[in-house]
Amino acid sequence: MDALTLARWQFGVTTVYHFFFVPLTIGLIWVVALLHTAWVVTDRPIYKKMTKFWGKLFLINFAMGIVTGIVQEFQFGMNWSEYSRFVGDVFGAPLAIEALVAFFLESTFLGLWIFGWDKLPKKVHLATIWMVAIGSNLSAYWILVANSFMQQPMGYVLRNGRAEMNDFLALITNPHVFVQFPHVITGAMATAAFFIMGISAWHLRKPADEEHLEAFSLSFRIGAVYALVSTLAVMTVGHTQAQYMMRVQPMKMAAAEALWDTENPAAMSLFTWGDERERRDVFAVKVPGLLSFLAYNRFDGEVRGINDLQEAYVEQYGPGDYVPPVKWTYWTFRLMVGAGMLMLALGLWAVVAVVRERFGHPWLLTAALWGIALPYIGNSTGWIFTEIGRQPWIVFGLQRTADAVSPTVSAGMVLTSLIGFAVIYGALMAADVYLLMKFARAGLAVPDLTAAGDPDAAPAPAHA
Amino acid sequence: MMDLNTLWFVLIVVLFIGFFVLEGFDYGVGILLPFLGRTDTERRRIIHTIGPVWDGNEVWIITAGGAMFAAFPHWYATLFSGFYLALFLLLAALIVRGVAFEFRSKDRHPTWRATWDWMIFVGSAVPALLWGVALGNLLRGVPIDADMHYVGGFFDLLNPYALICGVASFTAFTTHGAIFLNLKSTDPIRTRALRATRTVGPLATAAVLAFAAATYAWTDAFARLGVNPGLVPMTAVGSMLAAGVFVHRARLGWAFAMTCLAIATSTITIFMALYPRVMVSSLNADWSLTIYNASSTPYTLTIMSVIALIFVPIVLLYQGWTYWVFRHRVTADTPLEY
Ligand code: HDD
Ligand code: HEM
Ligand code: HEM
Repeated sequence: MDALTLARWQFGVTTVYHFFFVPLTIGLIWVVALLHTAWVVTDRPIYKKMTKFWGKLFLINFAMGIVTGIVQEFQFGMNWSEYSRFVGDVFGAPLAIEALVAFFLESTFLGLWIFGWDKLPKKVHLATIWMVAIGSNLSAYWILVANSFMQQPMGYVLRNGRAEMNDFLALITNPHVFVQFPHVITGAMATAAFFIMGISAWHLRKPADEEHLEAFSLSFRIGAVYALVSTLAVMTVGHTQAQYMMRVQPMKMAAAEALWDTENPAAMSLFTWGDERERRDVFAVKVPGLLSFLAYNRFDGEVRGINDLQEAYVEQYGPGDYVPPVKWTYWTFRLMVGAGMLMLALGLWAVVAVVRERFGHPWLLTAALWGIALPYIGNSTGWIFTEIGRQPWIVFGLQRTADAVSPTVSAGMVLTSLIGFAVIYGALMAADVYLLMKFARAGLAVPDLTAAGDPDAAPAPAHA
Repeated sequence: MMDLNTLWFVLIVVLFIGFFVLEGFDYGVGILLPFLGRTDTERRRIIHTIGPVWDGNEVWIITAGGAMFAAFPHWYATLFSGFYLALFLLLAALIVRGVAFEFRSKDRHPTWRATWDWMIFVGSAVPALLWGVALGNLLRGVPIDADMHYVGGFFDLLNPYALICGVASFTAFTTHGAIFLNLKSTDPIRTRALRATRTVGPLATAAVLAFAAATYAWTDAFARLGVNPGLVPMTAVGSMLAAGVFVHRARLGWAFAMTCLAIATSTITIFMALYPRVMVSSLNADWSLTIYNASSTPYTLTIMSVIALIFVPIVLLYQGWTYWVFRHRVTADTPLEY
């Protein structure tokens, strides 16, 4: 494999990995902050215990988010130096602002929250967790401003052989970010919701004392409502996003649907097995008119196909292959939407059960436990779809991925780092999952962290 | 009046100073952890001294990286693609270190804890060394061609001059951390930290002197003097010596102030010697990256200046407040979170 292919694999793998942790951080922080607030307001010990319980899981996840994020920050320079030179004037700004405005906020106040339980006045301590929540969500906005520039460049001119910023306001109010940010945030909320619901379900499946029953019933209710609302939101926004994409990156939509030729009205594919080289279907099941509906909210209307768009792009950008890998876009899009459908079904089921006060059914509890995986599938495939669907461009219409790679970094070097990251990330994932399961199972009990047989064991935490 | 490019150069130097002064003692504490903590509880107390702040400290370098990208994209691109494998090592170290703080006490098994403790050590030692090596290479010069591409290999970075810089940063951070630990702990850790300071401190002073001599011998820093460094390098060496005096008089608060000053002024010295260059080409002086040929447009620099001038003071305020909240020593009664 050449350096370019390896660099793409490395970027894809490390970024998808970073995004395993990011959504849980963004979605769970609100629940932790709300539970903490409930404790401060009502002074009921159960809220404190719940804050601590979900807070522990939050922290284990957060640590992974941080360390994998550092890699992201430097990877543009390491592997994509020509990209960094070409867009640095525009793209560097949101990245730097993200660090200055968001990362400092979340990391500093998280330290205060973790260690401030008996050092800060109660209300000040509560404020720290809200600062973390604001910081995490702000960070998402700034990084998505950067990503939106790659999807739909705004606020720049081409000058001196590079993209130079000429309108900061246009950059940060890119219409693309206003569809992308809500989709990513609500997807993150759904991730936390199904996480909460699944773990609560696990506890509800076995006999427990009064307190556990109360805590996890309440958690389950919170999770169920949060799940339904966020899933509805992520789907609604997703629909808007698809319509938006139709206009700015029609090729991505055509590839998502494996729509070879322009159709009017356009059918939506449920299942297509196609021949990518010859650009034709081998076998397909389609629902007539549905794609037009997705695009325009009515059952007719033209949706342009891959062949037409390819010709149009050749005319606009010169000879070349402008078709992204269709198999990837088609199937990742289906996996994302499929995950969304299942999430909707599960969310409805859970909310109905909650409303009827009968959510102890073992099937529901088992489904909720497995349901934890669904948003992870949605998030990962969503990003893979968005990023691969943009290919061959790294910045849509401006620079190709092949021209962006670092010319001085050899395939051997990328392979070394790729293997290195894979080994480290694999080992860390094992440790992370181990700890998450351990603390999820421990429930509200405060685990004793003193090393076995330590002669000068510390006193038990004062605030247990 | 300073031009925008110089302003951004200064801002990035400020970010590096913040990073080295703050994360410097973090690294030092991590390096000393296996040697000064005899029991598990002692090691937890040692980690607790930096527990609330290490992540906030690390963001200084993330911001420095982002600022380089935004203000000097060519610097960001050439440096990180050029020092590729070194940077990979650095990232690997930072990954295991960050996770180790959070994970090590979450399981009681002795092997689990010992493993993560060594991760903290390695994760602190490797960056403490590599940052010196990296800065040394910036100043000494590396093979950069006319297109701003680094054309050397990994082992070009391991030249004697850069290694001396690496040893200097490693020992200086360790001393800095030992003094910090002294201020934040109680006996028996405190006494051991004092002993460690007295062992490593002289090595650090010698290394900083060696670094100054090597800079004179092997770089053009003193010959060309981009800016007249005036008293700054003298202050760096002087404050290092003064730190030693304070340690011997057991005035650790003052000693800590001196190591902070020494780290800050050494950083300033290096960047002053570089100015207006940001990376020196060893192939042809004209191919060096400077704050002019590597920079963003005035428009971007202006926008970024406004944002930096608003937010850097705010960050300093709340980080300063954190240090105030956690100013007390970690004692036997302190509840341990990590
Ligand atoms: C939609 C949200 C989102 C996306 C797309 C990304 N991140 Fe991220 N990142 C976060 C949301 C986030 C976060 C929620 O703020 C994290 C995750 C968990 C955490 O600790 O903070 C974080 C952590 C994090 C950190 C560590 C911050 C610290 O030490 O406190 C860095 C340096 C980055 N990220 C950088 C990046 C870069 C360069 C990305 C682009 C490829 C990226 N992230 C994608
Ligand atoms: C965190 C969520 C993200 C995920 C999961 C993700 C995933 C991916 C994947 C799978 C690719 C590979 C596409 C291919 O090579 O065919 C890719 C490419 C890329 N993405 Fe993202 N991405 C994410 C966010 C971002 C953001 C926020 C940025 C910029 C700020 C970004 C910048 C890039 C760049 C520069 C490439 C080009 C390298 C390449 O083609 O592999 N990504 N991404
Ligand atoms: C079922 C309804 C859904 C629809 C119609 C939908 C639609 C879309 C579209 C069109 C994109 C690509 C945007 C672009 O590249 O311009 C996208 C991306 C994405 N989707 Fe979905 N989606 C749905 C469900 C979900 C679910 C359930 C999740 C996860 C919980 C999710 C997570 C993501 C993510 C993380 C991205 C990449 C970031 C972005 O570009 O916004 N989606 N989605």
